[in-house]
Amino acid sequence: MNKAKTLEFIKKYTMIIVLILVTALFAWQTNGNILLPMNISSLISQNAYVFILATGMLLCILTGGNIDLSVGSVVCFVGAIGAVLMVNFKVNMWLAILVMIIVGTLIGAFQGFWIAFVRIPPFIVTLAGMLAFRGLSNVVLDGMTVSIKDCTTFVNLFGGGANCYIPDFFGGGSINLTCVFAGVLATAVYVFIQFKNRATKVKKGYEVEKMPTMVAKTAAMAAVILALSISLAMHKGIPSVLIWVLIVVMVYGYITSNTTVGRYFYAVGGNEKATKLSGINTDKVYFLAYTNMGFLAALAGMVTIARMTSAQPTYGQNYEMDAIGSCFIGGASAYGGIGTVPGVIIGAVLMGVINLGMSLMGVDQNWQKVVKGVVLLAAVIFDVVSKRGGKLMANK
Amino acid sequence: MAKILLEMKNITKTFPGVKALDNVNLQVEEGEIHALVGENGAGKSTLMNVLSGIYPYGTYEGDIIYNGEVCKFDTIKDSESKGIVIIHQELALIPYMTIGENMFLGNERGSKFKINWNETNDRAAELLKTVGLKEAPQVLIKDIGVGKQQLVEIAKALAKNAKLLILDEPTASLNEDDSKALLELLLKFKKEGLTSIIISHKLNEISYVADKITVIRDGSTIETLVKNVDDISEGRIIKGMVGRELSDRFPKREKKCVTDEIMMEVKDWNVNHPVYMERKVVDNVSIHVKKGEVLGISGLMGAGRTELAMSLFGKSYGHAITGQLIIKGQEVHLESVQDAIKHKLAYVTEDRKGNGLILSNPIKINTTLANLDAISKNAIIDKDKEYAVAVEYKEKLKTKCPTVEQNVGNLSGGNQQKVLLAKWMFAEPDILILDEPTRGIDVGAKYEIYCIINQLVAEGKSVIMISSEMPEILGMCDRIYVMNEGKMVGELAGSEATQEIIMSHILKADSKGE
Repeated sequence: MNKAKTLEFIKKYTMIIVLILVTALFAWQTNGNILLPMNISSLISQNAYVFILATGMLLCILTGGNIDLSVGSVVCFVGAIGAVLMVNFKVNMWLAILVMIIVGTLIGAFQGFWIAFVRIPPFIVTLAGMLAFRGLSNVVLDGMTVSIKDCTTFVNLFGGGANCYIPDFFGGGSINLTCVFAGVLATAVYVFIQFKNRATKVKKGYEVEKMPTMVAKTAAMAAVILALSISLAMHKGIPSVLIWVLIVVMVYGYITSNTTVGRYFYAVGGNEKATKLSGINTDKVYFLAYTNMGFLAALAGMVTIARMTSAQPTYGQNYEMDAIGSCFIGGASAYGGIGTVPGVIIGAVLMGVINLGMSLMGVDQNWQKVVKGVVLLAAVIFDVVSKRGGKLMANK
Repeated sequence: MAKILLEMKNITKTFPGVKALDNVNLQVEEGEIHALVGENGAGKSTLMNVLSGIYPYGTYEGDIIYNGEVCKFDTIKDSESKGIVIIHQELALIPYMTIGENMFLGNERGSKFKINWNETNDRAAELLKTVGLKEAPQVLIKDIGVGKQQLVEIAKALAKNAKLLILDEPTASLNEDDSKALLELLLKFKKEGLTSIIISHKLNEISYVADKITVIRDGSTIETLVKNVDDISEGRIIKGMVGRELSDRFPKREKKCVTDEIMMEVKDWNVNHPVYMERKVVDNVSIHVKKGEVLGISGLMGAGRTELAMSLFGKSYGHAITGQLIIKGQEVHLESVQDAIKHKLAYVTEDRKGNGLILSNPIKINTTLANLDAISKNAIIDKDKEYAVAVEYKEKLKTKCPTVEQNVGNLSGGNQQKVLLAKWMFAEPDILILDEPTRGIDVGAKYEIYCIINQLVAEGKSVIMISSEMPEILGMCDRIYVMNEGKMVGELAGSEATQEIIMSHILKADSKGE
């Protein structure tokens, strides 16, 4: 009985356990360097685009293991347009942002149209997009780098440059008090919501988790939030890009778990025919997934050029692979219908930790790719085999 | 007496929860045409799957003795190497390959590293001649008709040196001429010494070609009739097929629920096949169902019942749908499933795993999927309410599961069916079309489903039950339509109907059509 429970626990929290183990491994190998506030802060800034894109990619994958190969090129294209508008045409920053969002969303809708209503396989549509928008980025930038160093507001807003942190309103010294305060507030809100939900459930007579389990879970989560905020406070404070990431994660986390639209994504991926026969317009679901991917690619494009303080025709290469990899490592099913936003974020963090850890250890770039490849394959093998009840071979 | 080529002794095959075959015995002599008859689900196909190694040795009990030796087939390849070749009802040809390529698929001429196309096409041409098909081996399968495709299947079987040919419903999708030609071909092969087993519902054909007829019912062999010894008239065969007693396997309805009020009426309904667009699958059907009535639609598989139901349900099947649909006295045009649900229509699919449920999702999510609006506000789902609804229906339908958080994929067939019913009951329809509601579930669960049906009509809803199991239709329905090959061929009051009458309606229509 206890053994079964342990197994169940391990199965449910595999990736969290793996994340802790991997972090511990790197902490040991780098003499704790990976846990330095500076490195934690850069982990977030470096991987912001992965968090954003992986969230969008999850919706595509949920509809049936469909992926979007074009996101890297779209990120580059949107970034290029923004940079050119702001620098060459001196367009107002807010207008440029609006144009970027619209362009990204339209690209998503264009691809979504072929995928959803004409039923061209997503792989092909987005492969075409990947080629076309990479080429168009070159055209827009004329093959050159456009520096946006002088657009300081834009750069700072989307997490680039030296000042991309939320300023400390309390003017503290070595510790950013605003950041600590925000962390404490977030923890309080989180704990309050957890207990309030529980109270409502108890009042209405629904099943609830056992008190100790719930307290342990909440405490663990609260500890993570607090530790993170203190750590960030010891560096320069909250990176502004973290705000964007948090908004995306929370909004999409809510949509996927609590709204009817979110439910449709899971239903289509679980059994499209049954979903259709339940009176749900499945074409629209596909359309929405890819349109939304374009929207989030636009956001990721802004984050990317801000961090690099420039736009270049080579930006965004392999971003789609980072996003897809994070989804699968984070427990999304390659057949669709299964996967959560928190899971995907853990997948992305795991990838980020592996990257950062290996860089700190001075592992060769090429070997880093090998390790990431192995981790991705292992994660999906684990997913498929565990769903088959532990049987390795499909037809034996 | 001729040599016994094949003997199947005491074959028993169980699926989880169902005994599909129970001590079946079958003897086939060399050089005869042996027919297997029985209702849908009687176990004919299962028996043939056991014989051909689709269900490998060890998954069933009993012995297969072929040519004097006990056989233990692990795969189809094993049985084919002995000369036992099965041709399934669903043709297994690949449309974008040529006739020749298809005939030698998995049996390629030449070496492993180089296919000898000359030999392939030569040999194919030779065999095509044997079966009387005037097509070149280089023609693509997609370019020839179903009748010719059936001949290619037979030629393919001959290419494997078949000694015992098994044909599952070979004429089901053929027209009269093609059927006739096929039967003549079988007789010709018989003269040349080929043994065949034929499964068919078309009793006139069976009486024509078969030397012996074995009747299977409820997974057991009932009798074997020999031509020129026993009476093999159609009436006699039908009696063997259906002759079982009806016990009280059906709950009585407390009081009469049927009213005179017509709930739904369908007039001159026509549907064409969505892929083969010129083929008519529902042909000028007019039916009606009253409030509080259990209406049965009987017929064999492929009669067009599911196609009728799905085309009514917001045009979710078919092409070029025409006709009039009147619900509660108002003509309606249901263009989508959403429309149909809005007009209080529900269709509970026959394919609960493929079209009905999301197996990887829990019971509660499946229960609410067709009516998410009822548990959400401004597109935000009230998960507590969802849970409560799922629990309510779980208790109402007596679904056996630890919690409603359980994934549907882990439930038994009967309980899955209950979840599917719950899903559509939660959509609050007035008219429920239940397509094969008890397929593949055990007797106890069947009884409970019948109780649910009674409860539904008692609440003033109308139930249209499509079923291939005649006892169920007879036991449950107030009125019965008989459907065959897309047409309504009979209408009977539940009280006057018997299995023989229904069967004879179908068969009469069959022989009229041919």
